[in-house]
Amino acid sequence: MSAVMITRKARKWEKLPGKNTFCCDGRVMMARQKGVFYLTVFLIVGTCSLFFAFECPYLAIHLSPAIPVFAIVLFLFVMAMLLRTSFSDPGVLPRALPEEATFIEMEIEAANGNVPAGQRPPPRIRNVQINGQIVKLKYCYTCKIFRPPRASHCSICDNCVDRFDHHCPWVGNCVGKRNYRYFYLFTLSLSLLTIYIFTFGIVHVVMRSVDSGFVKTLQDTPGTYPFMLVCFFTLWSVVGLTGFHSYLISLNQTTNEDIKGSWSGKNRVQNPYSHKNIINNCCEVLCGPAYPSVLDRRGLTQDDLPVPASTATKSNPVPQTTRTTAPLIPNEHTPDDAKPSIADLAIAHAEKISPSPKEEKPPTPPKAPVIPKSPPTPTKVPPLASPETDVEASIIIAKEKAL
Amino acid sequence: MATEFHNLQELRQSPSLATKVFIQRDYSEGTVCRFQTKFPSELASRIERTLFEDTVKTLNTYYAEAEKVGGQSYMEGCLACATAYFIFLCMETRYEKVLKKISGYIQEQNEKIYAPRGLLLTDPVERGMRVIEVSVFEDRGSSGSSPSSNVSSGISQR
Repeated sequence: MSAVMITRKARKWEKLPGKNTFCCDGRVMMARQKGVFYLTVFLIVGTCSLFFAFECPYLAIHLSPAIPVFAIVLFLFVMAMLLRTSFSDPGVLPRALPEEATFIEMEIEAANGNVPAGQRPPPRIRNVQINGQIVKLKYCYTCKIFRPPRASHCSICDNCVDRFDHHCPWVGNCVGKRNYRYFYLFTLSLSLLTIYIFTFGIVHVVMRSVDSGFVKTLQDTPGTYPFMLVCFFTLWSVVGLTGFHSYLISLNQTTNEDIKGSWSGKNRVQNPYSHKNIINNCCEVLCGPAYPSVLDRRGLTQDDLPVPASTATKSNPVPQTTRTTAPLIPNEHTPDDAKPSIADLAIAHAEKISPSPKEEKPPTPPKAPVIPKSPPTPTKVPPLASPETDVEASIIIAKEKAL
Repeated sequence: MATEFHNLQELRQSPSLATKVFIQRDYSEGTVCRFQTKFPSELASRIERTLFEDTVKTLNTYYAEAEKVGGQSYMEGCLACATAYFIFLCMETRYEKVLKKISGYIQEQNEKIYAPRGLLLTDPVERGMRVIEVSVFEDRGSSGSSPSSNVSSGISQR
C-alpha cells in the first residue's frame, strides 16, 4: 500500500548531452535514426539467407562443401564488423566542463583584446603548427572547446568526434577515430562477400542450366534471382566505397577533409598527417593502437534516480528533445558553422551593446539547445564562418548519391 | 611552499578551491597525445618548475608508448582482426594498460608532490584527453581571495 522509494545511482550515459541513443546500460552507442541501419542488416541477412537456402545445397554437392563454409565465415565477419562499427563510440570528445569553458573564454578575450563597440570580434581560431604546417583549430560553440586537429562536430549526433570521417546512416553511427578501421573492414569484407555470392550465384545458374535447361532452373530456384539483383546493384556501390576509402587511407585523409578539399590545391597546406608513404599510412590507420573511449558511459554519477515500478530495464534513456527527423546526408556543420543570418547578427550586435552576463551558468554540463541552422546564443558571437558551408553540404549530398 | 594540506583525502574534501589551471595539448608532432610542457605562471608560486615539467614529460612518455605504431601494435591488430575483434571482449588493449599505469602515476604524484603544495592533478582521460586540469587550492594560512567558484570538483569515481 505505501510506496517504498527505491533509488539507484544514475550511470553517466543517462546524463550525456548529444543526440545518441544508448542500449544495454550504456554499452551500445548509436545515432538516433536507426532505420537505415535496420535496412542494412535486413539486406545482408536476407541476401545471404537466400544464398544459403537456394545455392549452397547444390554447390556443396556438385562442387565443394568448402564454398558454403567460407561464405558463412565471411558473412559472420561482415556482421561482426558492422555491429562493431555501429555500436561503438566513434571517438566522441566530451564537452568542456564549466571551469574549462570559462578558462578558454578568458584566454580568447585576452587574445582578442578590446574590441571597439560596433565591431565583430575576430573568429575564434587557434593556429597550431603541426609538422611544420600551420593548421587552424576552430572553436565549437556547442562543446565549448577548440576542436583538436581532424576533429569535427557532427550535427546529427551533436557531438565533436575525433578524426571525424563522416556520419554513415547505413551503419547508424558516426565514423571516427575509434571505429574507422572496423568501418573499412566492413566495406571490404562486404565487397568480398557480395562478389563471392554473386559469382557463385552465376556458377550455380550456369551449372544447373547445363544439366537441366535454363527454364527449369528458373522454376527450381526462384529465390536466386532477387538476391542476384540485390547483389548486382550493391556490388557497384560497396566496391566503389571500398576503393574510395582505400585511396583515403593510402593518403591518410578523412572523407571530411577530402570533401572540404583541406589538403588539395596549390595554395593550401599539404596534409601534415601523411607519412608520404602508402605503407606507413595504411599501417597507421589500420594497424595503429586501439584507442579507448574517453566518454565514460558506464561510470556512476552522484545523482540518485527513483526506480519506477513499471520499468525494470532502461533501454532508451535519452529524452527526445526536439528533432525526430534529421537528414540522411552527413551534415556535420554545427550551428556555429552556419551562415550568419540577419537575426544572428542582430543578436551579436545587441549583446555587445548591453553587456550580457558571462558564462555564469550553474555548474552543470552545458546543454545547449540544439537547433540546426541557428546558432545558440553565446555571450559573444564572433563572425560565423564561411558561405562555403552550403556549397560543401551540396557536395556531400552529391558524393553520397554517386556512391 | 605551503604545507597545510597533509594528505590527498583532506584535499579532496576541502571546498576551498581557488582556481583551475589547464595544460593544453601540444599538437606540434601531429595528433599524438602530448601535453605542453610550458610552465603556467599561475603555478609559479606553488611548485618548482622542474618538478612540474618532469611530471608532464613523464606523462608524455607514457602516452607516446601507448600510441606507438610498431611491432606490438601490429601483432595486437592482426590477432584482433583474425578473431573479428572479439578478443577485445576478454583482453585489455595495450592503450588501456598504459592508461592504468598513468592513473597510478598521477595518483602517486598527487600524494607525494602536489597535495602537500595545495594542488591536485586530474587524469586527462577524465577530460577527454584534452587538458591536464590542475586544481589550485587556497593556502589555508593566507586570508587571500575567496574561491572564484563553488564547484564540485570534476573528480568522479569510475
